[in-house]
Amino acid sequence: EEPLAAAPVDFLQELPSCQSARRRRGGSQERRPALLGTAGSRGAVARVQQERAELAVRPAREQPMSIAEKRILRDSQQAETERLSRWKKWRRTSSKSLKKALSEAKGLSSYVVLWRHDIHNIEGKFGTGIQSYFSFLRFLVLLNFIIFIVMFSFVTLPIIISEYGIFNSTIAYISPKNIEDSCTVYEPNGNKGLVYFYTYLKDLFSGTGFLEVTSLFYGYYTIDAVWISITRYNLPLAYLLATFAYLALSFLWIMKRSGEGFMQNLVHDADPFQSYCNKVFAGWDFCITDPNAAQLKHRSLQYELQMDLEEEKLKQKIAERTTKEKLRIYSLRIFINLIVVAILSGCFYSIYRVTVFSQENSNVSIRNDTSTDSANLLVQYLPSMVITLANFIGPLIFSFLIRFEDYTPTFEIKLTLMRCVFVRLANIGVLLFSLWSQISDCGADKCKPCGYNYKLYPCWESDVGQEMYKLMIFDFLVILAVPLFVDFPRKLLVTHCSWKLIQWFGQQEFQISDNVLEIIYGQTICWIGTFFSPLLPAIATIKYFIIFYVKKIRLTHTCKPAARPIRASGSNFFFLMVLLIGFVLACVPLGVSIARIPSSKACGPFRNFNTSWEVIPDTILEFPTVLQQILFGMASEAFAVPFFMIICIVMFYFIALARAHKRVVEQLREQLVLESHDKMFLIRKITEAQR
Amino acid sequence: GAMGGSASLIPRDLLGEYQELTFLSKQEILLAYKRFSELLPKEERESACSARVPKSQIVTLPELRANPFQHRICHVFSTSETGDDSMSFEDFLDMLSVFSDSATSDIKSHYAFRIFDFDDDGTLDRKDLEQLVNCLTGQGEESRLSSAEMEQLIQNILEESDIDRDGTINLSEFQHVVSRSPDFASSFKIVL
Repeated sequence: EEPLAAAPVDFLQELPSCQSARRRRGGSQERRPALLGTAGSRGAVARVQQERAELAVRPAREQPMSIAEKRILRDSQQAETERLSRWKKWRRTSSKSLKKALSEAKGLSSYVVLWRHDIHNIEGKFGTGIQSYFSFLRFLVLLNFIIFIVMFSFVTLPIIISEYGIFNSTIAYISPKNIEDSCTVYEPNGNKGLVYFYTYLKDLFSGTGFLEVTSLFYGYYTIDAVWISITRYNLPLAYLLATFAYLALSFLWIMKRSGEGFMQNLVHDADPFQSYCNKVFAGWDFCITDPNAAQLKHRSLQYELQMDLEEEKLKQKIAERTTKEKLRIYSLRIFINLIVVAILSGCFYSIYRVTVFSQENSNVSIRNDTSTDSANLLVQYLPSMVITLANFIGPLIFSFLIRFEDYTPTFEIKLTLMRCVFVRLANIGVLLFSLWSQISDCGADKCKPCGYNYKLYPCWESDVGQEMYKLMIFDFLVILAVPLFVDFPRKLLVTHCSWKLIQWFGQQEFQISDNVLEIIYGQTICWIGTFFSPLLPAIATIKYFIIFYVKKIRLTHTCKPAARPIRASGSNFFFLMVLLIGFVLACVPLGVSIARIPSSKACGPFRNFNTSWEVIPDTILEFPTVLQQILFGMASEAFAVPFFMIICIVMFYFIALARAHKRVVEQLREQLVLESHDKMFLIRKITEAQR
Repeated sequence: GAMGGSASLIPRDLLGEYQELTFLSKQEILLAYKRFSELLPKEERESACSARVPKSQIVTLPELRANPFQHRICHVFSTSETGDDSMSFEDFLDMLSVFSDSATSDIKSHYAFRIFDFDDDGTLDRKDLEQLVNCLTGQGEESRLSSAEMEQLIQNILEESDIDRDGTINLSEFQHVVSRSPDFASSFKIVL
C-alpha cells in the first residue's frame, strides 16, 4: 500500500467528493471560490443546484450551518413555498404551527420534570454513568406511580364509590356454588377491641392483623360485581385486565425508553460494550463542569484505553495457547462453575427451608394467638433476611472465584454481572416456589375439597401478597440502613483517622452495577406483588422517591467518583436489558398463579371461578355466538398450528433477507476499498504524466 | 427577576426566529441570553445581541472550562471574519442548539466531526486521531499513551471505521460509526 502522502494534495482537493463534503460543511468562505474554480463548471453548477434542492427539503434548523446561513435558507424555502399550490402551502403552515405548539408544550413540561436540577448537578460533578442511574431511578418512580393509578382506578375506586353510595352504587356478592363450606371459612384477625399499640406496629411490619383486612391485600376484594346506577361493573374481570394492563404498559414503556439503540445493539455484530470508536469518539462527557471530575475522567479514560489494548494482546496470547494449557484451563473453569452451581443450590435450598419454616411457625402462632410476638416478627422476616444475605454474599464470592478462571477483564466483568443478576432474581423465584409448594401441599388429603391447602391458607393470595410486602419493606430498611451504619462511619473514619490501613481502605466508590441490581430487584418484587396486593405500587413509589434522596446524599457526601468506571454497567442499555430480564422473570410466577393454581374460595374476586384466568373464558361465553366461535377457534389447535407454521415461514424469510443484505454490504465494502485504491493509482499516474 | 428582565431585551420576533432556527426552547434561549450577557463587560450588556465575546471569556463558562475541546468548539462555532474565534450571541445559540437534547444525531455527528478535525482538512487522519486521544487522556506527560499503544489504538480505530481503507475517516464514515455508538447521544450534550 502506497502511503497517502505520495499523491499530491491539490488534486485531492479538486475531486468532486471533496467539494461536496466541503459544501455540506457549510464553510461560507470556501463555498464561493470552490464553485468558480472547478473545471467542467456546467456539471458542477448542476450538481450544486441539485444539492440545494436536496437541502431545501429538510427544515432549516436541521442543517449544519450558522444561524445567519440558516436564515437565508429559510427565506429561500419560504419563497419557494409561495410558488406551491394552496394545498401544499396549507399543509406546510399547519405542520409548522403544530411543531411550534408541541415545542411550547415541551417547554412547559420541562418545569414539571421531577428532579431536573438535581440530576443536572450530579451529571456535572460525576459524569453521565452515574447520572443515568439516577435518571433510571426517576423512571421507576414514574412507572410505579402510573401502575398505581391503573390498579387504583380500576379496582379500588369502584369499591370506594359503592361504599359511600355515590352514583347510587351498591356491591353485589354472589356466594360460590358447588363449593364445600369448609373452603369458604376465612376469619382474618382484624384486631377488633382493645389491643396493645405495639400490635399495630407489628402488624404494620408483617402485613397481618389490621393491615390484612384493608384494601392493601387481595382478601379485601371479595366482591363479585359493583352496580353503579344501572350498569354492572364486573370487578373480577377488571382486576385481571388491570393486571395485564400494567404488565403490558411496563413492557411497552421499557421498550420505548430503550429506543432504536436497543434493537441496534442486539442486532449488530460489533460488541456494544467494547468498540474502540465508541470509547474514543463518545468518550468525553461534555456535561462535566467540575475540574476535579474532569481530571478523574481523563485518568479513567487513559486507564480504560490502556486496559483494552492490553486485553487485545491477551486475546492474542490466548489464541496461541497449547492444547495442554487449554485442557488445564477448561477443566479449571468447569470445576469453578460446579462450585458456583453448588453455592447457588445451597442458597436456594436454604431459602426454601427458611420459607417453609417461617410459614409453618408464623401460621401456628397466629392461629393460637401466642404472645411471643417479637420472635414471631423475626421468624416472619427470616426469608427476607436470608435473601438479602444471599444477595450480598453471592457477588463477593463470584468476584473472588472469577479470578481463577482466567478470562479477559471485560468478559470477567460481564460474567460476574450476569451471575449476580441471576442470583438476585432467582432468589425471588425460589421464594415463590417454596410458598407454592406449601400452598399446594396435597399430601394426606389436605386439599381435597378445594384444590389447595385450605386449612393453613384459606386466602393464599393474601399470604403471597404479605410475603412480597415484607420483602419490599425489608429491602427498603436495608437500603436506608447501609448508608447510615456503614458509609457515614467509614467516611468519618477516613477523614479523621490517619492510620495507614484505614486510608488504604479509603472511601466508598459508587458502584453503579450493584445499585442498579438493587433497584431492579425491588421492581421485580413490585411487579409480582401488585396482583396480590393492589396498593403495593404506591408503597414502591414512595420507597423509590425516598431512595433517590438517600442515594443522592450518600453520593455527594460519602462517595468519591469511581477511578475506574466500568463502562459496561454505566450504559442505559445494560439497565434496560436487566430490567427486561426482571420483567420476564416476574411474568412467570404471575402466569402460574393466575392460570394453574386454584384461586381461594374464601376471599377475593375470583371465588366463583376455578382459577383466576377463568374469568375470561366465562366472559367470552356471554358474547354473541359468532364472536365466541371466532375466539374459541383462535385458541384451538386447528388455528394454532397453521399460524405457528406461517410465523416460522415469515421468520425464515426475514432471516434470508437479512443474510442477503449482509452479503451485499460486504461486497459493497470491498468495492469501496478497490475504488479508493483505483483513485490513488490514477492520481499518481496523472501526476507522473504531468511531470 | 432576571428572567423577566432579559425577556424584554430580546425582541419577541427575534425570539420566535431563534426558536425556529435552533433546537432550543424559549426558556433555554432566555437562559443563554442571561449567561452570555454576564460574560460581557457592563457597558456592552445592552447590545448583547450584536456583541462579540473573545475566546478567553467564553472558556471561563463552567460548561466549557473543564472541557479539553474548548478551543476547538470556539473555533468551529465562531463566525468571526478575523479568525480570532470570538463568538457572537448567535454563535453561542448555535453551539447550545447542537449540544442540546433535542438536536438530531445527524447534526451532532456533523459538528463532532468538525470539532475532532484538528487541522480542518475535512478528514480525520492519523495526526487528528492522535491529537484527539491526547485530548481525552489529559495534558501532561504521564497521562499520554506510549507511542506503541497509540499506534495500536489508531490502527484499531481505523479498522473499525475506515470503510474504504484510505487511511483517513471522512464525514460519511464518521457518521456511520457514530450512529452505532450507544453512548454518543448522551455524552455529546451540554445543558446550561
